[in-house]
Amino acid sequence: MTILPFLSAGWIFLAGVYGLVTSRNAIHAVGCLAVAQSSTYVLLLTVGYRRGGTAPYFTDTPLGTRVVDPVVQALALTDVVVGATVTALLLGLVMQVRKRHGTVDPDALTGLKG
Amino acid sequence: MSRTARIRLFWVAAAVFAVAYTAACTGLPRFGTEVHPYGTRAVTSALHRHTANAVSAVNFDQRALDTLGEESILFAAVLGTIVLLRRTRDERVGQPTAGRVLPSTRLLGLVLLPVTLLTGVYIVAHGQLSPGGGFQGGVILATGLHMAYVAADYRVLKRVRPLSVLDVADAVGAGAFVALGFAGLIAGGAYLQNVLPLGTFGQLSSGGLVPVLNAAVGVEVGSGLIVLLASFLDQAVEVRSQDRSGSGGGT
Repeated sequence: MTILPFLSAGWIFLAGVYGLVTSRNAIHAVGCLAVAQSSTYVLLLTVGYRRGGTAPYFTDTPLGTRVVDPVVQALALTDVVVGATVTALLLGLVMQVRKRHGTVDPDALTGLKG
Repeated sequence: MSRTARIRLFWVAAAVFAVAYTAACTGLPRFGTEVHPYGTRAVTSALHRHTANAVSAVNFDQRALDTLGEESILFAAVLGTIVLLRRTRDERVGQPTAGRVLPSTRLLGLVLLPVTLLTGVYIVAHGQLSPGGGFQGGVILATGLHMAYVAADYRVLKRVRPLSVLDVADAVGAGAFVALGFAGLIAGGAYLQNVLPLGTFGQLSSGGLVPVLNAAVGVEVGSGLIVLLASFLDQAVEVRSQDRSGSGGGT
């Protein structure tokens, strides 16, 4: 079944979003966002896979070897970097919320505070 | 919106997404297909520019402008985290107390600290040849320095981590990427065009602009990540709110 690798990416995405929706802890929610985002790595690498292909590096492998798509690997790298920095920024926000409101439960954060 | 309503809405949305996504996937090229028009062209272009690592060639040569955006996001996120986690007026700094460290942990940390830093430099420097590059090597450099925290305590980490220098290094690394792009304009080409001598294929000096940009990114990611972790560690170890008395947390 050749569609299965694509479907697994969608499943990981839904698992992450389910965690986000049901989360009672903002740090847990940030983790779930990272799970949802990691589905894009799976999707990108699935799109770029070539049957029997090896990594696109030609230092040791002879030229003309069958390799997988390097463009999506570069995209996955960008994805990882942006994901890591966004996670750090969100965790910083959660720490400030905890300090100002005394809770990390997203449902408990209802009122606006000046 | 109540919790149950929110979860019900999720299941409806998930069902719609699952159906639409599955339908979209059936229209995609087969998994493992032979036809990768962009991949084939990227590999040809990478070999033409004497860059053995095709992924680095995409990131730092063919699509260097996109990587400029990527590292700007990284720079902005580090900046944002520092602003978010700055010490406020009602917080004070406690003195961290030293925790007990097993002698074996201390020895292993001391041995591994230089090895990890060397590995980081290697990964940054060989980005044009083998898997790795500025982003990956920079992360290894930054985490390697925190061996000092694992093997000793926070005060030792603070001594081996000159934050004021690293702040500047982060900005210099980000600025160097922007400045290196002008080399292409000066040589009469486009911004961030690879105009440096390409060297011999498979050598450390090959790839033209690719290893130089990798080094700039390595400096930026390495120092940026240390600064980022420093602001989190400060919160955990040193900063105490006014109402809680006592010294800082143990390390």
